[in-house]
Amino acid sequence: MLSYFLTGNFKFPDGNLLDECIEKGFSMINVQGLTKYFHDFCAVDHVDFHIQQGEIVGLLGPNGAGKTTTLRILTGYLKPTSGSVKILDFDLMANPLGIKKRLGYLPESIPLYKTMLVYDFLLYVATIHGLVQPQLTDRMNEAVKVCGLRSVMHKPISELSKGFQQRLGLAHVLIHDPEILILDEPTSGLDPNQILEIRGLIREIGKKKTVILSTHILSEAEATCDRMMIIHNGGIVADGTPDSLKYQIDKQGSLNITLEKAQFSEVKSYLENIPGIYEIEKLPTEQNIPDSISLRIKGIGDVDMRRSVYAAIKEKDWTLLEMSLEKQSLENIFKDLTQEN
Amino acid sequence: MSTILSIWHREFKDYFVTPIAYLVIAIFLLVTGWFFFSTFFLKNQASLRDFFNLLPLTFSFVIPALTMRLLAEEFQQGSYELLITLPVKGRDIIIGKFLASFSVVVALLIPTLVYPLTVSYLGNLDWGPVIGGYIGALFLGGSFSALGLLTSSLTRNQIIAFILGSVICFALSLLDKMLVFIPHSILEVVQYLGAGYHFQNIAKGILDTRDILYFLSLIFIGLYLTSLTIQSRE
Repeated sequence: MLSYFLTGNFKFPDGNLLDECIEKGFSMINVQGLTKYFHDFCAVDHVDFHIQQGEIVGLLGPNGAGKTTTLRILTGYLKPTSGSVKILDFDLMANPLGIKKRLGYLPESIPLYKTMLVYDFLLYVATIHGLVQPQLTDRMNEAVKVCGLRSVMHKPISELSKGFQQRLGLAHVLIHDPEILILDEPTSGLDPNQILEIRGLIREIGKKKTVILSTHILSEAEATCDRMMIIHNGGIVADGTPDSLKYQIDKQGSLNITLEKAQFSEVKSYLENIPGIYEIEKLPTEQNIPDSISLRIKGIGDVDMRRSVYAAIKEKDWTLLEMSLEKQSLENIFKDLTQEN
Repeated sequence: MSTILSIWHREFKDYFVTPIAYLVIAIFLLVTGWFFFSTFFLKNQASLRDFFNLLPLTFSFVIPALTMRLLAEEFQQGSYELLITLPVKGRDIIIGKFLASFSVVVALLIPTLVYPLTVSYLGNLDWGPVIGGYIGALFLGGSFSALGLLTSSLTRNQIIAFILGSVICFALSLLDKMLVFIPHSILEVVQYLGAGYHFQNIAKGILDTRDILYFLSLIFIGLYLTSLTIQSRE
């Protein structure tokens, strides 16, 4: 209780001091054994991760996976049941105020004060961040410019479109030039043009800052993030760059072939003898070619089956209409990782 | 300090951007004006006693109407999440919001200064009790603001916050009028707990530290409990 009223004079390292901290090898965000229970429901279950300075990390997962809870803990809005969150080498729970000064958080629903004018709202946030003249004007101009808010400065927030509200939310996050940005579904509810705009903005910001964003749109994470963490049932089930995640699963890619003038049972019994193939299934046949069959062949591990399958086809003199290697898309990876059996 | 000021400024302005403050002030002036002046000429006395006698009761529903939105609305709209993730202490939020509603209480009392001015024009007004009455009104308004803020922190529903706040303020105002039902042994204790009793003391023109201490502790308890409920939300 007392600590609530008396807070220390912690200062977030800036400039050279920040570089020094990074040189010493501290991660920007270091999460260890993070667990959060709501009564007896476990929302986040022993999560560990490190995020380096300058990374754009996408937190992916189905609804209710624990994304928002994780982000809320990182912002200090929720207290974890157990586990620690360190920003550089500083415990978030011990220095909440100092860390909040260098952190920008945009909640999913962008709960802005509807009755305020855009200008008043930005000024309010800026003064709460302790900005004083002349930086105050500079920072406000900068945030307004980056987010393209100039034309709506004197409108009440309730009159803004969803896209402008989202931009205002981003401007409010950027106004104090934070080191860490935490964005909870920053593109939800926007039209495709606005989504592209916001993504571009995030990419731009992410050149210098550490950004964590949550989303359940995979293409978005692929387009914006350097790194993706897939979260499911409160735990991290995959972590890596979009490419590395794809590669991991590519090994289990499958081969689709379409043959003419062949019987499925015959083809199946013949191909099954080829080493490296462990499963063959029938796919729906193409309607316009009556005498054809389509198959999906799955191999073991990362064996390339194309050559051996082609050799078999040549030997049996089937007519090959189509052969394609099916690459796992992020969607499939996501589905595999997050679907209940 | 500057964060308290920013929060105070935002909240105070919000009262006047939305029609809340105007409505509440209008209703307050209508009610007090009517009850005061309807019997004023019958009594034929140059005093504001009737006005101040009624004040605890009018404040009991006027002030919770002002304070009900302070936190409940933020919880309801989710803007509390935005506020608390800014670098502000919970204490500053509470004090800023408290001062905002207290400022509206002051703004509400200023037009009533017309009453003593009119009365002093009509007759020989004793200014002592009037000044005492206004000082008492400030203390009373402060205490009720703190209690209203507390009830606003307990729920995300503004109506519930209002009703709860009114009930608490009414109970405190009426406590010293219900003393007939109270056993003699605890009579003094119960009387001391009533806000009406302390207010009337000050309104007589006597500034006693006991009364001032009572109101200050009421404000402190209200704000402290608010900070506890806010913390428990984390």
